[in-house]
Amino acid sequence: MTAYLQDLMGFEAGWFVGTLALILLIALPLMLAVAMIIYVDRKIWAAMALRRGPNVVGPFGLLQSFADGLKVFLQETIIPSGANKGLFLLAPIITFTVALLAWAVIPFGENMVLANINIGLLYILAISSLGVYGVVIAGWASNSKYPFFSAMRAAAQMISYEVSIGFVIISVVLMAGSFNMQDIIIGQKSHLLGINAYGINPLLFPMAVVFLISSLAETARTPFDLTEAESELVAGYQTEYSSMSFALFWLGEYANVLLMCTLNAILFWGGWLPPIDWAPLYMVPGIIWLFAKIFFFFFVFSWVKATVPRFRYDQLMRLGWKIFLPLSLFWVVLVSGYLMLTRYAA
Amino acid sequence: MQIFAFYLFASIVLASGAFCIFARNPVHSVLWLILAFFNAAGLMLLVGAEFIAALLVIVYVGAVAVLFLFVVMMLDIDFAELRAGFMKNLPLGLLLALVLVVEIIFGVGAWQSSGMGEATAAVGPPAGAPSNIEQLGALLYTRYVFLFEAAGMILLVAMVGAIVLTLRTRGGVRKQNIADQIARRPEDATRNTQPEVGKGVEL
Repeated sequence: MTAYLQDLMGFEAGWFVGTLALILLIALPLMLAVAMIIYVDRKIWAAMALRRGPNVVGPFGLLQSFADGLKVFLQETIIPSGANKGLFLLAPIITFTVALLAWAVIPFGENMVLANINIGLLYILAISSLGVYGVVIAGWASNSKYPFFSAMRAAAQMISYEVSIGFVIISVVLMAGSFNMQDIIIGQKSHLLGINAYGINPLLFPMAVVFLISSLAETARTPFDLTEAESELVAGYQTEYSSMSFALFWLGEYANVLLMCTLNAILFWGGWLPPIDWAPLYMVPGIIWLFAKIFFFFFVFSWVKATVPRFRYDQLMRLGWKIFLPLSLFWVVLVSGYLMLTRYAA
Repeated sequence: MQIFAFYLFASIVLASGAFCIFARNPVHSVLWLILAFFNAAGLMLLVGAEFIAALLVIVYVGAVAVLFLFVVMMLDIDFAELRAGFMKNLPLGLLLALVLVVEIIFGVGAWQSSGMGEATAAVGPPAGAPSNIEQLGALLYTRYVFLFEAAGMILLVAMVGAIVLTLRTRGGVRKQNIADQIARRPEDATRNTQPEVGKGVEL
């Protein structure tokens, strides 16, 4: 599309308009997906608690998220008198923007990617490490005790789990031999026994599990939702927020959850490749396979949310630093040793 | 487009650097510093050093600045006291600034007179060149392997030192031992007794 527009209106203008259109083509469906996934999350959660969940607005309650969105849109933005006004309003914008930024390098199909860059995975790591600022700034700017506690917890938690996520990513990168997202996906084609997934490899399966758990911690979902533990901290860093600024946190959070589900699907379970390397399955467009995998992981996230009790703070730190960090570090050595013996032995 | 992006990033870096110094609130200072880091990463991208740019964001913005922010937010700072030393340290600061300016002038002068300027005039690596990461890796693990290992050793020593300095063992702390908890069986913790009427149970 960009090439066509460049023919139409010159190189730079065409590039600009084309890229802008592609960004909208990702961001708008993403917002729609976030609205629907909030509904799905509530439905799954309700079903596991033997409740009905949202079922009033629209058929089967499908329009519930949009009704909620309209409601917060019409509410007044309340700024606490002691708050640092500029930063208070900036924080949700940071969270929301950062949650959207990472989608630039996600491949949705063989040629469907906005920015097919060499360092795709590093870019995602960099962007996801920015996510903590929204929370920390919100907690500090609110000038209130509970949000501040929550911000401190969030900062420590995200740093702890980012380390092991980094090592897990390194072991995948070693296997694929590239930081490029497309190369990583294509590298998984018929990886073992004709199955298109690194996760099926006994060498990488433990890392897939570590990554799944770390991504729960990274997005502060249950059982690691200490930043907004309602029994201790009211609503954590969101306590003082209302109306649209609250909604932006909410949207950013779910966009991040979707991103982590996508990363699970791409890094270990073949991304847009069909699960099995069998010709008829390639008739189905890759984007459908990707969405099916994302949805599966989102179901796992909801499932965990509905069933697992919250960790205590010291248990969270213990899991991150004493178990995941040594394990993933050891696994990097193991994977590189294995590759030295097999692929690079010469 | 590239010129426009360069001036945008460069002017934001300069402006946020200045705001970082002049901001009254230390938390604002750190946030301006983060903005400066971020835009410096943008400048790195423009010259085609995408790996350095990503590292700058991951290491400085994602980890170092978070710790800065963490510490600064917890401090209870008296602004008047902070400003008091300004006049006293001004000459030293000016001297440092002068040294830095002279260094930059020397550096740029040497670079231009040696003719390296023409060789690297083209912005970015040529098309089809191996990626940043491969080139850096090939250099670091062959030609500079001893320097690289030495840097690693220094960081390791610093880390061990930091741990030794902050490690203290306190008595009377009740720690959770998860292995013990899992190994515990009902027989270890409970006992079935049938006390006679009128008599209690001795624990």
